[in-house]
Amino acid sequence: MKFLKFLFVGIFFGIVLVKSEAVSWYRIFEMFKFQSFHMYGIIGSAVVLGALSLWLIRRLNVKSTEGQTIQLPEKEKNYTANIIGGAIFGLGWALAGACPGPMYILLGTGVFSMLIVIAAATLGTFVYGLLKGKLPH
Amino acid sequence: MDFILKPWPWYVSGPLITLTMLILVLFGKTFGMSSNLRTFCAIGGAGKYADFFKFDWKAQRWNLTVVLGAIIGGFIAVHFLSDGSPIQLNPETVSDLNSLGFENVGASLLPSEIYSWDSILTLKGISILTIAGFLVGFGTRYAGGCTSGHAITGLSNLQLPSLIAVVGFFIGGIIMTYFLIPLIF
Repeated sequence: MKFLKFLFVGIFFGIVLVKSEAVSWYRIFEMFKFQSFHMYGIIGSAVVLGALSLWLIRRLNVKSTEGQTIQLPEKEKNYTANIIGGAIFGLGWALAGACPGPMYILLGTGVFSMLIVIAAATLGTFVYGLLKGKLPH
Repeated sequence: MDFILKPWPWYVSGPLITLTMLILVLFGKTFGMSSNLRTFCAIGGAGKYADFFKFDWKAQRWNLTVVLGAIIGGFIAVHFLSDGSPIQLNPETVSDLNSLGFENVGASLLPSEIYSWDSILTLKGISILTIAGFLVGFGTRYAGGCTSGHAITGLSNLQLPSLIAVVGFFIGGIIMTYFLIPLIF
């Protein structure tokens, strides 16, 4: 039962991303061509509102439902990895038209060929794990 | 109720994505979809091959539940909450894609030129999906996150590594969209 709330968060997330069309290959193409404000509006408003909310959470010292102080993990400062890994991710994002969240969601919309993309993404993660020590970070 | 069935504008969708992140944060978790790919590897026994996959994946079951929910959410959204409106793309985008050989642009969420079984059952088609997926999975772990972890959560949390990763996302995305997609199609 303790997982039920996470199931609902996922359902909500899936519905929002389909209704926003952020799961559409075409919207991602359009975004990278800078031909529409749509995706920038979505990400931009999510980030601005997110930054305000996180600031407020800290300011008011809001506790999590587990009673803990809310502390988001600091992202590791591996700038070389951030930029190179980011660019590799971007190549795949623009070609597949889907990042990891939308991959799962699109599977739910009935696009079973997405299973190939998810399997390949899992393989990519596995290969990264094998090569991690040899890559610049 | 009609507005629910129509596509939602950015100023509705963006804040609802923030809400998704905030709910997870209030539950004491964090918003990161690509972490699940690492969990899939760990479940499959990848810990035998690399320490990167030696972690207690059972502690990630909550995130796998989010994934399951996202799949169900996708199903609900297309079957019960959509009126089949085509995507209102910029006409320039449509004509750019038409000239690359894409038809019925925006009629559905994904182009049949990439995702239909007819396309996949060719060497080119299966290569496109496999390479694209591989790049996403490799790149996201190398960069330390994907759109949810870096672009939404990391930027909201004013993390410099996330800003650099998002710049990377755009470098890769622009190279693919402007230079490689016209070569591939």
